Amino acid sequence: MSGYPSSRSERVVIVGASLTGLHAADALRDGGFTGHITLVGAEPHPPYDRPPLSKRVLAGRMSADSTGLPQRQDLDAHWRLGNAAVALDRDARTVTLEDGTTLGFDKLLIATGTRARRWPDPDEAALTGVLSIRTREDAVELQARLAARPGRVLVIGAGFVGSEVASVCRELGLDVTVVERSAAPLAGALGAWAGTAAGRLQRRHGVDLRTDTSVVELEGDADGRLRRARLSDGAVLDVDVAVVALGAVRNVEWLAGSGLTVDSRGVRCDPYCRAVDADGRPCDDILAAGDVACWPHPLYEGLLAVEHWDNAVRQARVAATTILHGPVREHTALPTFWSNQFGLNIKVVGVPGRADQVAVLQGSVERAAFVAAYGRGGRVIGALAVNTPRALDAYAEMISRRMSFPPDLNAADAPDPVHVLDLAVPAAG
Amino acid sequence: MRVMVDLARCQSYGQCVFAAPEIFEISGQEVLEYDSAPSDEWRLHALRARAACPVQAITIGPAAGPGQDLRQPPATRPAADSVGVLR
Ligand SMILES: Cc1cc2nc3c(=O)[nH]c(=O)nc-3n(C[C@H](O)[C@H](O)[C@H](O)COP(=O)(O)OP(=O)(O)OC[C@H]3O[C@@H](n4cnc5c(N)ncnc54)[C@H](O)[C@@H]3O)c2cc1C
Repeated sequence: MSGYPSSRSERVVIVGASLTGLHAADALRDGGFTGHITLVGAEPHPPYDRPPLSKRVLAGRMSADSTGLPQRQDLDAHWRLGNAAVALDRDARTVTLEDGTTLGFDKLLIATGTRARRWPDPDEAALTGVLSIRTREDAVELQARLAARPGRVLVIGAGFVGSEVASVCRELGLDVTVVERSAAPLAGALGAWAGTAAGRLQRRHGVDLRTDTSVVELEGDADGRLRRARLSDGAVLDVDVAVVALGAVRNVEWLAGSGLTVDSRGVRCDPYCRAVDADGRPCDDILAAGDVACWPHPLYEGLLAVEHWDNAVRQARVAATTILHGPVREHTALPTFWSNQFGLNIKVVGVPGRADQVAVLQGSVERAAFVAAYGRGGRVIGALAVNTPRALDAYAEMISRRMSFPPDLNAADAPDPVHVLDLAVPAAG
Repeated sequence: MRVMVDLARCQSYGQCVFAAPEIFEISGQEVLEYDSAPSDEWRLHALRARAACPVQAITIGPAAGPGQDLRQPPATRPAADSVGVLR
């Protein structure tokens, strides 16, 4: 197909050498691409896997070095690691790197992902012992601090990463306080009902969980070491380790002035991963995928921005297809992710966070093995499977087929009767 | 050698645990844990595990990066690190 790179002289530049970048390069070679691939990465490391960082690496059961991702084939790529892209010139089709190098491209894939959102007060954020967890270095530092057995660990924010850190602390026998501004842990992703269940679980595992509470101040000593945290309810905690787990911020600053549509949700794309310019037109030569991208999904209103492993891999493959063959394959995969915490296998498909109703359709919450389906506007939009990983495919199918909610399953292990609970309706994203 | 399991796809069938108990284990009821940098002596087991996985969730290969690409000067690879065999 003319206009799409096939010849040896074509140049694909991938900015961001992590999960998305690696899989895009792999898919390009799988697709027969023989031109140049350059992978540019701000981090000094070749691609590594982040999910273990807040799980086994933090627990000291896996070294950070072992997180390096495997390469399925010789990618025949040029690697520019430890060298961030600082600017994109769309007209000249160049990317400028930190060290002043300019790379020309025929196709550019933006895969710069996200970074941990920092504690808002810069002086407090700079205190020794105030950490977050996004990179290998973060995990190594936090693991060392946990291994030194602090008296109490403070986790700020009870999303998935914060809850996983709390789980590791308990596994290590450390006292941990989790402070969450909303009414329950994981509630943003899974809704209030599952969040409440997660809160009970955490407390049963000995987590000092404080919901509807926020940290208002982190206090250090004369040497700049964290000593205390003040909470919105007036409580004061003596802590020397605080993990800031307040979500992620997209790495899009380097695209300022590029003329692409970029905001806090990331780089706006069309369903083929083509970045959309300021006039709303997709660019044939600039694509984005992974945590940094947002795009319209046929099953969900508005734009979807998905910060999960599976999406990075799948969207990378769609981007590679578009690079090679143009807009022929849409990215319509359902969001899906897993988390392991407190000994549970948690798997999620769809977007439960947008649901207005939920019902347990298989198993039982008390026995910590169940599937809950989520509905919005009377159709199935998501499902949560705890310790029942093999059940989820069937629910993915229901979501894709827009089945009405609650679905009539007649599952052998269905509770009788099935209770449908209403959830506060979140706004569409 | 690096091993990666696509845990979004993994359904904890546990076939990998039978094929390569040195690398994979089911912890708790349903949580798959694995050694992502096993010693090369388990390579055959790892390949068997990959073949046995009912949902094809296992990838095996050398650690990604410049050292693995022919256009780069071959970098010396660190010995497979040995946090080792899972408990
Ligand atoms: C602690 C932790 C635990 C997680 N656990 C799970 C889990 O259990 N399940 C799940 O589904 N997902 C999990 N995730 C999410 C998953 O890791 C991400 O979805 C995935 O890493 C996204 O890959 P990516 O390549 O798009 O972005 P990233 O992994 O964020 O990589 C982007 C890369 O681009 C680099 N970069 C940024 N700016 C520039 C620039 N200007 N120039 C060059 N390079 C740049 C960054 O340094 C980074 O290396 C977890 C994430 C973290 C941090």
